[in-house]
Amino acid sequence: MARIQTETLKELLRRVLRTRPDEIGCETCYEKLDQFVEMELKGKDAAEALPLLKRHMELCSGCSEEYAALLTALSQIESDQSLT
Amino acid sequence: MKANVALGTNQEWLQALRPVPSAEALEELRAILLRGLRAALADRVDGDVDALSEDFAQEALLRILNSLDTFRGESRFTTWAQKIAIHIALSELRRRRWKDIPLQTFTENADGEELTPAVLTDPQPQPDRIAAQKELLRTVELLVFEELTDRQRTAMLAILQDGIPLQEVAERMDTNPNALYKLLHDARQRLKRRLEETTGLSAQELLATFEGQ
Repeated sequence: MARIQTETLKELLRRVLRTRPDEIGCETCYEKLDQFVEMELKGKDAAEALPLLKRHMELCSGCSEEYAALLTALSQIESDQSLT
Repeated sequence: MKANVALGTNQEWLQALRPVPSAEALEELRAILLRGLRAALADRVDGDVDALSEDFAQEALLRILNSLDTFRGESRFTTWAQKIAIHIALSELRRRRWKDIPLQTFTENADGEELTPAVLTDPQPQPDRIAAQKELLRTVELLVFEELTDRQRTAMLAILQDGIPLQEVAERMDTNPNALYKLLHDARQRLKRRLEETTGLSAQELLATFEGQ
């Protein structure tokens, strides 16, 4: 049986107090992720255009990591293309 | 002969891949996925990045071909395809990394003595605020045990305390990430409402107390 650590409780409290009724799940996040990353690569404010997606990624480490990895992958491909 | 479709339109990609995919288009797509995967995985795996990327690219190609009808054209085709490849790769890496870590059962701190929310870095500690923060954390802890189901509590704490990704927790609990996110969202909403009722303060006021704003 584990005890809840103080740091865990603090983070839990922050998340609870910032909870909104209109959050999106992983599925919707995934559906829109390509659009989001493409906007970022074009220098547009993706977080402003898709705020719920941004919010989801702040709460979901898995989706957030996929976002970061996709951004890395596409940046690499763009940079390869600009060299050819 | 190398197909010149890498920078083609979405329509050109779709035409090249269905109903029967052309070998050139497949090879071009595989090469793009590989480049992206290698870059994305370079800092994420210790082993043979090239071999892993090859495997993931192959699996992604199959899934992409089977999912062409779901492509809605909201991004470039290659961006959408790369998203699928990344999802496959990271899902598998997550599984490997966390497969031996069990989900824990949590128990309440009976006396709350272990709660130490004091703002140690605060040059001028405010005893009242520290006491209020401590009280708030104690209340949250009680509500976590009183208001949440075992499933909600286990999942929430596995993610927050043990750092297990939601997707991995979902698999252990025989559900899918979307359903688990909904379960956790319901849990947070319930805790928020109960906190507001218990303290008589709004979430915004509580946040200000807690963050010291």
